[in-house]
Amino acid sequence: MSTVAVLAQAGGVEALTSTGEAIAFWIFGPVALASALGMVFARHAVHCALLLALTMFSLAILYVIQQAPFLGFTQIIVYTGAVMMLFLFVLMLVGKDSRDSVVEVLRGQRVAALVLGLGMAGLLVAALARSLTSVQPAPGAGLGPNNLGGLGRLIFTVYLGPFELTSALLITAALGAMVLAHAQSSTHEKRTQRQTVIARLRGEHARISPLPGPGVYATANSVAVPALLPDGSIAPESLSEIIESVAVDVPDTSTPDAHSLTGRSSPDRSIDAGEPNDVSTPDGSHSGTEKES
Amino acid sequence: MNVFAHAAGARFPTGPLPAQQPVDPVSGLTRTQQLLADDPIWLVLLKVVVLFGIGVVLTLFMINWERKVVGRMQHRPGPNRTGPNGWLQSLADGLKLAFKEEIIPVLADKKVYFIAPVISTVPAFVAFSVIPFGGEVSIFGEPTVLQLVDLPVGVLVVLACSSIGVYGIVLGGWSSGSPYPLLAALRSAAQVISYEIALGLSIVAVVLYTGSMSTADIVERQAGGWYFWLLLPSFIVFVISMVGETNRAPFDLPEAESELVGGFHTEYSSLKFALFFLAEYVNMVTVSAMATTLFLGGGRWPWPLSSFNDSGWLMFVAFLVKTLLFLFVFIWLRGTLPRMRYDQFMRLGWKVLVPLSLVWIVAVFGIRTYVNTGGDNYTLLLLLIGFLVLVVLGVAFLLPDRKVAEAEIEPASDYPVPPLDLKVPSSPPKRRRAVGTSGSAGAPRETAGAIAGDTRKEGEE
Repeated sequence: MSTVAVLAQAGGVEALTSTGEAIAFWIFGPVALASALGMVFARHAVHCALLLALTMFSLAILYVIQQAPFLGFTQIIVYTGAVMMLFLFVLMLVGKDSRDSVVEVLRGQRVAALVLGLGMAGLLVAALARSLTSVQPAPGAGLGPNNLGGLGRLIFTVYLGPFELTSALLITAALGAMVLAHAQSSTHEKRTQRQTVIARLRGEHARISPLPGPGVYATANSVAVPALLPDGSIAPESLSEIIESVAVDVPDTSTPDAHSLTGRSSPDRSIDAGEPNDVSTPDGSHSGTEKES
Repeated sequence: MNVFAHAAGARFPTGPLPAQQPVDPVSGLTRTQQLLADDPIWLVLLKVVVLFGIGVVLTLFMINWERKVVGRMQHRPGPNRTGPNGWLQSLADGLKLAFKEEIIPVLADKKVYFIAPVISTVPAFVAFSVIPFGGEVSIFGEPTVLQLVDLPVGVLVVLACSSIGVYGIVLGGWSSGSPYPLLAALRSAAQVISYEIALGLSIVAVVLYTGSMSTADIVERQAGGWYFWLLLPSFIVFVISMVGETNRAPFDLPEAESELVGGFHTEYSSLKFALFFLAEYVNMVTVSAMATTLFLGGGRWPWPLSSFNDSGWLMFVAFLVKTLLFLFVFIWLRGTLPRMRYDQFMRLGWKVLVPLSLVWIVAVFGIRTYVNTGGDNYTLLLLLIGFLVLVVLGVAFLLPDRKVAEAEIEPASDYPVPPLDLKVPSSPPKRRRAVGTSGSAGAPRETAGAIAGDTRKEGEE
């Protein structure tokens, strides 16, 4: 915490506010505030994350204008660039239509959240008010924008303890996350490709080969179009369980005749074509429910 | 020996902070910063416009150059119709792209879909502003430096811009509302975050030696010798990860055509697609310029031509030449290497580049600390390094190899060799053609066959 305080105050010795600084503040301050509010009120999770990133970005610009360019760009790289990107990563995996639920699942959750949030805000404001009035800027950080070396020296000499503690905490957290995520005991071991093949051949799976893809031997490549077997009948396994299959146009098996150009009479092609326009198996039951599991 | 003498130049912990350019005691600014602070507003605007122009022109040039060079590598001429020698092809393509119909998918998240290409392009150009293109020049009688700003954290600006730029790719992929772009966006996010770590670590050694993150200082400091020679491992890591960072072949997994259709911009068309295209190439130029700045001495001419360094404009020429060198490497890689698999790519980043950088940084740290704390016994230092290397090699040789389980061969099968008593069956007798033997319509068919046969014979002669 103290390192952050040092970073924030490294350049803020001059109390004067120039015109450019004021203009920038009145642009980015409202933007930061508005996007923070938008983050709270937006319904869509990805929009929330984006607005939060915008808030952090505006704050970073304010830092830069306050002559703390190192803090500003570190904020952009670390928070906007890495942390928020990981948030986005997870949100995108969750799905596009995941929206906030407005139903209160846990009883009393909102009241508890309100009380705790207010308490946290009170603590923060108290700490901030103290730091605004009584804390002195760290000596030796240097003046002006070229204070980078001074900052580095302070962090690695005077504030080495807090710095190392913070990094130890972060490394512990990272290792913990890895251990939890990669908890693979022998019971959860993944099968190799070969083991899967053998299991398939020994009949542990419903069938040896994968299910036929939709549209194989069919007239369209839509998922909703069932696959046709070489004799023109419908392959029951190709029907999707969740998508209503459409009727297929089975090509008229009497045409085209590959020998029509030769002038010979076409060979007898009266193969039983099943019931091409009916999405059901020959024995009459609906095939979608017939899959073995 | 020279290497360590160079390292001894800055006595970091003892004296005042090493500033590579003399710092003005009143303002606390270096010479470059003073010159830039004195720039009148028209000069700043001029520089901004020229920077934008350089980005766009280099993009147009790069697309053409890439197509031509890759064409040469594949024994074909490449574009050679539009303009002199085909050099206006990309301009024509760009104009055409702007006038194409704009299609927004139904499932797209409209706002995000709209803003994603902009997020991708703007940071690419912003990163240009800290690149020191050349030395001190006089523009319309106004002394200045060929650089827009010289921030004390210039190197971080480039990293920050690339981490913002990836938002464009990720959001573009996500907002398209289509599975392939989404997959590409996820790949891209993981890729850029991983390779940014390697990129950042490779910069650390340069910053250690310069004692400053300002790009102008870094170039200034390389007057005595390029960091390419001094920090070769950092350079290698930087070059590899800059290819990963810009999503270029062989690391172009976010837009792997054979797997993901068009990658993150599959659903984009018209001007928005053009913006993504522009951003990719401007990013290439930016990282190449950064590599030049960090490791090849920026605009500094090498030894026999050192006198050219007096002119800022000649330094600009050197800078351009070096940047084009890196850009050529980008093209060369694309024409030569096949795309890596995603897990191989991640393994390379996390298990090779990052540990290598860390070990190298620790080594640089050790050497610099020894030299800066007054150690000048270089023989001892070299012996120590040699001893360490020997120990590491010895341990590496003594450690038993990990036992690799041999592929089990089931007794019943002859895998992987064919059975010893294998008899190759004789090829089946050729089926006699019965085409055209009956009916009147057989005649034209026969003729067609005869003609085809004739042409084939002609071709063989």
